[in-house]
Amino acid sequence: MIYFDHAATTPPYEDVAKTVAEVMVRHYGNPSSLHRLGEESAKLLDKAREVSAAALKVRPREIVFTGGATESNNLAIKGAALHYAGRGKHLITTSTEHPSVLESVKQMAVWGWEATILPVDEDGCVTAEQVREALRPDTVLVSVMHVNNETGTVQPVEEIGRLLKAAAPRVLFHVDGVQGFGKLPISLADSGIDLYSLSAHKLRGPKGVGLLYVREGLQLAPLLAGGGQEGGYRSGTENIPYIVAFSKALRLAAEGREARSTKLLRLRERLTRGLAELPELTVNSPAQGAPHIVHFSYPGMKAEALLHMLEEDGFFVSTRSACSSKRSEPSRVLLAMGKSKEVASSGIRISLGDEHEERDIDALLAALRQSVKRLQALR
Amino acid sequence: MLEYDMLLLRFGEISLKGRNRSRFEKVAHKHVKALLYPYPRAEIIKEYGRIYIALNGEPMAPIIAAMKNVFGVTSISPIKVAPSRLEDILRIAVDFVEQMKVAPGTRFKVSSRRVWKPFPHSTQEMNKLVSTPILNACPELKVDVHDPELDLRVEIREQGTYLFCEVIPGAGGFPLGTNGKAMLLLSGGIDSPVAGWSALRRGLEIECVHFHSYPFTSKKAEQKVIDLATVLAQFAGSIKMHLVPFTEIQTKLAQSGQENLIITLMRRSMLRIATKLAERNGALALVTGDSLGQVASQTLSSMNAIGRVTDLPLLRPLVMTDKVDIIAMAQQIGTYDLSILPYEDCCTLFVPKSPATNPNLHVLENVERSMEDLDQMISKAVEDTETIVIRPGRRIVRRESAEDQVVQENWF
Repeated sequence: MIYFDHAATTPPYEDVAKTVAEVMVRHYGNPSSLHRLGEESAKLLDKAREVSAAALKVRPREIVFTGGATESNNLAIKGAALHYAGRGKHLITTSTEHPSVLESVKQMAVWGWEATILPVDEDGCVTAEQVREALRPDTVLVSVMHVNNETGTVQPVEEIGRLLKAAAPRVLFHVDGVQGFGKLPISLADSGIDLYSLSAHKLRGPKGVGLLYVREGLQLAPLLAGGGQEGGYRSGTENIPYIVAFSKALRLAAEGREARSTKLLRLRERLTRGLAELPELTVNSPAQGAPHIVHFSYPGMKAEALLHMLEEDGFFVSTRSACSSKRSEPSRVLLAMGKSKEVASSGIRISLGDEHEERDIDALLAALRQSVKRLQALR
Repeated sequence: MLEYDMLLLRFGEISLKGRNRSRFEKVAHKHVKALLYPYPRAEIIKEYGRIYIALNGEPMAPIIAAMKNVFGVTSISPIKVAPSRLEDILRIAVDFVEQMKVAPGTRFKVSSRRVWKPFPHSTQEMNKLVSTPILNACPELKVDVHDPELDLRVEIREQGTYLFCEVIPGAGGFPLGTNGKAMLLLSGGIDSPVAGWSALRRGLEIECVHFHSYPFTSKKAEQKVIDLATVLAQFAGSIKMHLVPFTEIQTKLAQSGQENLIITLMRRSMLRIATKLAERNGALALVTGDSLGQVASQTLSSMNAIGRVTDLPLLRPLVMTDKVDIIAMAQQIGTYDLSILPYEDCCTLFVPKSPATNPNLHVLENVERSMEDLDQMISKAVEDTETIVIRPGRRIVRRESAEDQVVQENWF
């Protein structure tokens, strides 16, 4: 079995799983309790926050732990919009965002908010110029993902951030960093990013934990009201084992970033070269995309057919993003990139991870060649 | 954005200090140097009554922020340097003012100073020579030599001409420790760290005295006070902290049967201990965060009853300051968020229902006389005091023996 669905979720590091188990058993104290057990949990929480902040090169108090990136995205968008409603009621985002961003933006319409959804070019990109043109005096927040989860398209978030800081310093900028962190460099400190979402399980950490970077001085309306944990932004007893394990995964993701990028890029090129030799397939990922995602289509063939044939050979791949793959409509992201319905309905996403080597790519390509040949008859 | 080349730090009261001036400047210079440690390319140039910092490519904003913590510095100006040739000065001066993007009608003036006498134009000439092309380039400016909003200073020196107009207020006060040493009674509250900062700002070296009632109070409470002192250490370089075990005395006083007086009695004992610690450590005053009327122990009558136990000057920097202003200062200094952490300390532990606001001195003295071993207990508390040195950026965690394993490095 070879797992090629890292963009959906990643196998946790063994050490991370061990950390969860050990901390869960030993430190069950509530960090808000005044006794020693509680104090110890609070210490672990502090340390996890420091380690996470160091990995992101930000200040510990700028880290808010959440239940995952969906929550982080919801908190960033709705929390900022509600708190800064006095500045206006306009949001800007792009048409290829993760559903947790797009749906949050749409949800704000209920309270009278307007949104500009920027179209993307054939590579799935938006430009800083598009963002500038969409700005209105009542724009409160711009949300753009760093790396698209389906195609690996890289958005110019640092350029957009700098543009916003120069052209409209009061407009807040949120970046969904889930697919980019640990693969591409990002500098939160000097790129005008105010809010940044991450998920642990995309970085070989546990599921059910994530974070939102909230630039110091910013305020958000909390989505979860209660005991005031996480600086009041996220009430609820802190999940210490997951948070500690997350900080470890985050540190490893940051530390290994360069070596990982180089290796994944090499593998991606090998895979793309191999795909180019199969005339039936068209690669949808842009050449300048993220190093771990290759998306292609088999026009005229239902994506599931190819997926299940590969599965039989022991390869786990994905049809577009995991969150949407149970629906049978064509991919929203590919349609937004101007692809035909045919291409958009037959997409397969290969996403790479640390454990892959050249021979895994070669094996996958061999299986693909076989499957394509067999499916040829059905077309 | 205009790229600045240097910073000018001005000193205020120090220059009034006659023969002490050079000592004071030396201390300030040392403080500046310490704060510039993270910026190795920045260069310090000393001069009579001021310090220049050549940025040499180091970032200006964080250095200005750091320099605002240098006590004794009254103001800071970012400087643009031009070669000391007339045409260069004019060109850069015009550029300088243009980039300021001033509002139309701004009142404007040029003030030149010729430090380098061989420069061919006099100060009067220079004011005219510099302002003419500026007024041509920015006709919306209005000359007003008496009450200018924009006063462009032009200081001509051999190595270069300094252009500046912005004046950023500094911390003021006196350089660190130039006015002697005092003991600061540091609780976990909002006021005492601010009092400590005010003392530092006025040139006092401080050592902190903290009373703990371990094990009635938690280690968190003690950690909080250490963290507060660590913030002060960012201003002072390093700070000594004396941790006084107060549990026995507090228990004894609680048994006196004078519930309403217990806070007053505690404060009297604390001042006695602090006085002894001051004597041992060569300090000449006690600093407290008292603010008149704020709580029962800070009424004039309480201050009178409490202050009598010490011969040392009791310095109360905040005595006439309102709470809202103290809070604003605490936020500025960076102690507020720590101070509002909710751990009980020895002063909040046994608060009587109605503490005396007008304690009777005779009653207090009688109660104390009736406790034969009080003096002994005070001496013992002084003997058992632990002293630690706190340095900025280094977190001190005490009483760790049992907790060493809490944070296992391999988990992170």
